[in-house]
Amino acid sequence: MRSLPSVSVREATGPTGSPGQPLKHESAHKHVSGEAIYTDDHVAPPDVLHAYPGLSSVAHGKLVKLDLESVRRAPGVIDILTLADVPGQTDIGPVYPGDPIMVNERVEFWGQVLFVVAATSYDSARRAARLAVVEYDTLPADLTIEQGLAKQSLVRPSHIQRRGDAECAIREAPLTLEGEIRSGGQEHMYLEGQASLCIPQEDGGMYVYTSSQHPTEGQKLVAQVLGIAMGLVTVEVRRMGGAFGGKETHANQWACLAALLARKTGRAVKLRLARADDMTATGKRHHFMSKYRVGFDRNGQIHGLDLSLSGGCGMSPDLSDAIVDRAMFHADNAYFLPAAHIEGHRVKTHTVSNTAFRGFGGPQGMLAIENIIEHIATTTGLDALEVRKRNFYRAEDGRDITHYGQKIEQHLIAPLVERLERSSGYQQRRQSIQEFNVGSPVLKRGLSLTPVKFGISFTVQHLNQAGALIHVYTDGSIQLNHGGTEMGQGLYTKVAQVVAQELQVDLESITCTATRTDKVPNTSPTAASAGSDLNGMAARDAANKIKTRLIEFAAGHFGVAAGRVRFHSNRVSVGEREFSFAELVQMAYVQRIPLSATGYYSTPKIYYDRDKASGRPFYYFAYGAAVSEVVIDTLTGEYKVLRVDICHDVGRSLNPAVDIGQVEGGFVQGMGWLTTEELVWGKDGRLETTNAASYKIPAVGDTPADFRVELLPDSPNVEATVFHSKAVGEPPLMLGISVWCALRNAIASVASHRLSPVLDAPATPERVLNACTDLRRRDCS
Amino acid sequence: MSETKPEFVEAVDIEITVNGKSYQRSVEPRMLLVEFLREELRLTGTHIGCDTSYCGACTIRLDGDAVKSCTLFAVQADGAKVATVEGLATEAGLHPLQKAFSEHHGLQCGYCTPGMLMSASALLDEIPNPSDKDIKKRIAGNVCRCTGYQNIIKSVHAAANELREA
Repeated sequence: MRSLPSVSVREATGPTGSPGQPLKHESAHKHVSGEAIYTDDHVAPPDVLHAYPGLSSVAHGKLVKLDLESVRRAPGVIDILTLADVPGQTDIGPVYPGDPIMVNERVEFWGQVLFVVAATSYDSARRAARLAVVEYDTLPADLTIEQGLAKQSLVRPSHIQRRGDAECAIREAPLTLEGEIRSGGQEHMYLEGQASLCIPQEDGGMYVYTSSQHPTEGQKLVAQVLGIAMGLVTVEVRRMGGAFGGKETHANQWACLAALLARKTGRAVKLRLARADDMTATGKRHHFMSKYRVGFDRNGQIHGLDLSLSGGCGMSPDLSDAIVDRAMFHADNAYFLPAAHIEGHRVKTHTVSNTAFRGFGGPQGMLAIENIIEHIATTTGLDALEVRKRNFYRAEDGRDITHYGQKIEQHLIAPLVERLERSSGYQQRRQSIQEFNVGSPVLKRGLSLTPVKFGISFTVQHLNQAGALIHVYTDGSIQLNHGGTEMGQGLYTKVAQVVAQELQVDLESITCTATRTDKVPNTSPTAASAGSDLNGMAARDAANKIKTRLIEFAAGHFGVAAGRVRFHSNRVSVGEREFSFAELVQMAYVQRIPLSATGYYSTPKIYYDRDKASGRPFYYFAYGAAVSEVVIDTLTGEYKVLRVDICHDVGRSLNPAVDIGQVEGGFVQGMGWLTTEELVWGKDGRLETTNAASYKIPAVGDTPADFRVELLPDSPNVEATVFHSKAVGEPPLMLGISVWCALRNAIASVASHRLSPVLDAPATPERVLNACTDLRRRDCS
Repeated sequence: MSETKPEFVEAVDIEITVNGKSYQRSVEPRMLLVEFLREELRLTGTHIGCDTSYCGACTIRLDGDAVKSCTLFAVQADGAKVATVEGLATEAGLHPLQKAFSEHHGLQCGYCTPGMLMSASALLDEIPNPSDKDIKKRIAGNVCRCTGYQNIIKSVHAAANELREA
């Protein structure tokens, strides 16, 4: 650069955009104008090919014939990819092997990829993919958790967490109960389906655009299937149209297949799944079956718990080890378990491999214990809220250690619940609902307050690291890059706010650039709610390095003490002098000060000894609670959610608007999981709910008519997180459990709360009706 | 699996006015309107979500009506006036709905936003002072997986207020 850009000498204002402000999403203006580019929107090279997979049509069987002649002859078809064409590794299992990129000999689920065709148009590729002549020797398929468990068919070994002698505690407790509950899976239904665009590069390299939460894993797997070094592959993700865990590992296959065809044809290749195939061929939230025996006293206090959690994993391990572990880590929710025996089983079925979904097993574990609490309440005749309160963790009486040995250090749940109980008018409403139900033979109301305590950190320790890259240019503008991906959750906005605060510049001067493996390498998935905790800290580190260099330079150049160089409001004071940020940057550039820095962060304090099933897997916990009120029609099973009150802990919020959005959206998604979202498989193992018409995610009319959301005020994180904020991605999903409990509560009123309803999730109107009918029958007998 | 072999069919000449500008193209009869907008005209603000007209990410306005462009053929729009999200803003700036969705956090991932805006614009043309119920009814065919809808409802109200005051 020969001459420097002219910079305006700005008045001391702002900076706009520091943490704590309810700023709009950094891409909002592009979202509303239609300019925001998603993977399928990239301008592809003119000779781009469209790839489409041919999928299996049995759940379990031997592939005996795959005749692709008519596929090859179909109009527009340029090439076909089969397993034999893969030059490198053929298994793309993210942690353990088990996910062949295409079927070799054995089909293990309906919808498994057999081959991929590349054609000149999307339409031609899709049509051609259906022309294959395929024959199978069909084998018996295990489709349910019970079938898999009966054969002890597991994708990974079981894990056990123990405290004390649960068996003895249950035996000696005044009251005992046992039961079981099932929760269904959940389709992510990210509105943007899986999509990738791969463009061949020189040296045999590949440039990959993909809608993925884990660019680094995509890079690694594309390199492995191509048989080339990771350094020859670059993966770029600017944004996703929703992900929710469904694009953590399940985006990889489509990027790999597109890359393989791009390599084979020498042309750019795009692969976008149609919705029905996306729903058939990609994994979902694990369905679970839980069996429990619990010992407790007449005050509702738990003495001992024996809980077996079995997750339906589908055909391969994928992330199921960590998911079932997280279910086990959340089987206590907010309750102290004096003696516990928690087992977690990873059951294999001949269905698509289930995967990460917001909460990652946590919701399933939490639903199990909340059902137990409800069961205890019916048995003791206590209000369920009272049972909950009596079992909360507390600092006193040694009731502050989890069943996996982590000490609870911030006791927020009791005060948070008390605040919500008051603000929602819980007790008065409980009273009036009881009166309403006595006088209403058909319509019954239900009310429930449920807490959430959710552990923050990846339970796989090494994933708790992040990198960032910041460039400052000589006009004072800044480029920010980090390993986190943007899926709508506002991560880019929050991280930019952190940098704006550190450098005391306006948010507008910071450009968030697309997440790219050649900018920040070896990144972790954007998952486990840890996006802003990890990347915010890494970006802060990078910003601080540049700031420190600028301070050292200014102090030396103007002969003042470093302590007298101060960044504020887009300006820098150097002793008595004052410059705009850009002016100082230009002076530093001319004096050959580097204006680019990488940043890094790794979460402290965390570890888990899996052999001893003990440790501190979580840096901290995020808390929340919700009160839901519902009305059910006991003759049809139909219901409405009337009112929801939420109080949620995000520490000191980095961006209250973003955080409230996460709380509201997470709650509704959790409510959907437990109410209307039902996955139905046929007896042949084929998913029958393959579109948005048969699989019902909440629409606007399903949301509560009265919805009040508050972030817990004055509650900074006690740990040294970025500006003492807390993670918010996953925890609010579990607030949706309050809707399921309220439905259960309304059903229980049919038998005047003397009997405990049996209600599996999702509590569809059909299940609600069946539960009412069952309760009436039991009440009469 | 056996199906009839796909055949290329003769192209049909059509003329569609999109965001005030007339386009003449030759298209295959089976080309969907959403494909026409995205591929022929590169108007990628209209998104493909579910392929089956349920999710509403592809909502556009066809002669004023909010419709799903994934279940209409381009040839069905021959001679019609189509409005997409790219046509909402004017030289004076963003449409009040665009401003409101942006400022009131009526979006997260942004994928449903263009369709949501088109449905909401049809609503406000018809009912300038909508109730919550009106809004819920008119965006019932647009699903959002991120926001939980509260801020979307707020955004539509805010835009309605601004439009009424203008």
